[in-house]
Amino acid sequence: MLGEGILKGLAETARNFFGSFVSKERLTTVQFPEERLPQPEAARNFPFLVYDGDDSQAGLRCVACQICEKECPPKCIFIQKSSDKKPDYIGKQQFYPAVFNIDVSVCMSCQICVEVCPFDAIEMDNAFELSTTDRFRGLLWSREQLAKPNSYFHNIHPATAAEVDERLAEAKARAEAKAKPTVAASTTSQPDSQTTTS
Amino acid sequence: MLEEIKARLDAAVPGCRSEMILNGSPSGQHSLLLDSAHAVEAATFLRDHAELRFDYCSNVTGVDWLEAQHSPGYLEVVYHLYSMEKKRGPLVLRLRTENRTDKVHLPSLTPVWRSAEFQEREIFDLYGIIFDGHPDLRRILMWDEFEDHPMRKDYVEPDDYEYEPTAHDDILAKAKQHAMGKSQEP
Amino acid sequence: MTTAPVKEATHDERAAGCGQDELLEIALGPHHPSTHGVFRMDVVLDGERVVKLKPVFGYLHRNHEKIAESASYLASMPYTDRLDYICSLTNNWAYALAVEKLAGLQVPERAEYIRVITAELTRLVNHTATIGFLTQEMGASGTPLMYAFREREKILDLFESLTGSRMMCNYMRFGGCRVELPAGWLEQTKKVVEEFPRFLDEYEQLLTGNEIFMARAQGVGILKKDLAIDAGVTGPMLRASGVNYDIRKVDKYGIYDRFDFKIPLGEHGDVYDRYMVRMLEMRESLKILHQALRDLPQGPLMDPKAKIRGFRPKPGEAYGRIEAPKGELGFYLISDGSPNPYRYRVRPPSLINLTVLEDMCRGYSIADTIVIFGTVDIVLGEVDR
Repeated sequence: MLGEGILKGLAETARNFFGSFVSKERLTTVQFPEERLPQPEAARNFPFLVYDGDDSQAGLRCVACQICEKECPPKCIFIQKSSDKKPDYIGKQQFYPAVFNIDVSVCMSCQICVEVCPFDAIEMDNAFELSTTDRFRGLLWSREQLAKPNSYFHNIHPATAAEVDERLAEAKARAEAKAKPTVAASTTSQPDSQTTTS
Repeated sequence: MLEEIKARLDAAVPGCRSEMILNGSPSGQHSLLLDSAHAVEAATFLRDHAELRFDYCSNVTGVDWLEAQHSPGYLEVVYHLYSMEKKRGPLVLRLRTENRTDKVHLPSLTPVWRSAEFQEREIFDLYGIIFDGHPDLRRILMWDEFEDHPMRKDYVEPDDYEYEPTAHDDILAKAKQHAMGKSQEP
Repeated sequence: MTTAPVKEATHDERAAGCGQDELLEIALGPHHPSTHGVFRMDVVLDGERVVKLKPVFGYLHRNHEKIAESASYLASMPYTDRLDYICSLTNNWAYALAVEKLAGLQVPERAEYIRVITAELTRLVNHTATIGFLTQEMGASGTPLMYAFREREKILDLFESLTGSRMMCNYMRFGGCRVELPAGWLEQTKKVVEEFPRFLDEYEQLLTGNEIFMARAQGVGILKKDLAIDAGVTGPMLRASGVNYDIRKVDKYGIYDRFDFKIPLGEHGDVYDRYMVRMLEMRESLKILHQALRDLPQGPLMDPKAKIRGFRPKPGEAYGRIEAPKGELGFYLISDGSPNPYRYRVRPPSLINLTVLEDMCRGYSIADTIVIFGTVDIVLGEVDR
């Protein structure tokens, strides 16, 4: 019969329309600013720098190795190495970034800087409401704006942060274990080169 | 397999000088270099031969080899052929121009495989190889008034620097050049 | 739609001549809601019939290949997401496959399974979007498209919880995948795969037997088998013309030889067949997903030989291709031993499928042209690169 298919289709739209009043399956929208969906743990937006302790600048894990700057596909990171050194989390003297800028208008949230970082110093944030009135300086984030505490990292990516902490603690323990016997007995010098990352 | 195809090709197309180009990577995709005078004839043979039947030309690419790699430098077109009927491939064909400047003509294989139509136009656009016998050889991605060929290795970018807060490396060099160009202007 | 008449005619002349023997040149686009982006069709019309049609594109051209040739191998991976931005995971796979061929890397079994799962989910995403837009182009404004997007969103949620991003996934790496599946991801995926057939049934109820849809789709925009092969058309468009050619079956890349699935084929090569082939392909994808989710083994995700930093393949070249949702997506790479590829080429299925657009549209009206164009299924990010 001509028109049968159309009637069937109309029945389908009616089912979806009335179903949307009772079933969450058929009404999937949320009223955004008031109502928010939880973000999955892996959600990423722009990078930030992790610091340990209370001082957001002295506690930065970044040692200004500039690997992320080199590997960044759209080249949105700019780093200037410091001229002096300061101790890092295992007490080793390291450089630190005198300038660390990310131009988030260029950043494409690809996460490659996080992957290549050997020090777990840069991680992905998931904040997304970042509008500003200045499209140049307002979107150029400096070291001060980028630094976020480790607790914040734990807050947004609990599993990854725990993994990173474990890895760092392990490296620290190994570094300490290596430092001790060299003072006590100089004969047992192990060729353990894995702990020294530079 | 490639030797066999080469032998058949040499037998079927008189005067065709084909040459095998070996590939050092683990992919093992060796290729066949054809001379441009017999390319259309050879391609038609490969397409129509009852046992070979390379009826599907998948990918057409240009490559720019500078003097630094090969002397003299030349432009190259690479065709990846498959057979839909016999379900095999790829057969890689190559054609080379004599140099990179004035002798950049190659025969078009669009009359043999129509799938080369847009791809050869793209190569003409981005590499500047002129395909003789192409039905509609115009620029495809760049606009018609554009003059250079941007995929060539020695392409010089125009001075279109815009302010960028994190300029470094080549962008910084560009910025400096831009500033210099401006100061020279009256 | 902007009209550009061949010559200026007065009102009286126009009223007297009214289309008789007079060809009208029209630029459809580049800003037109049905062109899926900035795409222009320069059409010559005789009355309402299309006489000539020239696709014009390049508005989104950013020379992706040149950028890739000046960046490291890894740095091009996030750029491939932006080619066909509806199916970023298949783009990742095609590029990873080409580099793996070039460098001789082996992908662990678990990573292969995850690649198949994500690729088939991508196929569902792409085909739901295509069919949704197709109905939009036929004049069913909104409703079927929103039903399609509602289902697509569920899969995009899965992508987000796995890769961190809904559309720009950047998930695969040379020799494996980037991160392990998060907790509960498999269960969630199984649930989505279980529920997906209901959507397909509803959608078929809505469209497949619909008289208006059939009148608009059947016998329109016929693509003959021989022309399809000659013009290098691939993907669902080729199979709708009755050519049994699916790279998943022909090349058996990855682990596709382990799954039991069929290749849906069309008979007439018209708009309706292209719609049906996509519908049936989604059902076959669900079959593959069921098997892959059932058999997913434990194990490592990356080839131990693979390096993230300082990756330099030996000099040589490789062409790797996969069956992306839109057709054959290939990457051709030449290495000269440096950290950047010497030549990096994308074989975009969208671009090459457009070769036959004029042949399919000739003789049909403007309204049909829009529908035919919709079934070619292009994404301008990939056409223009």
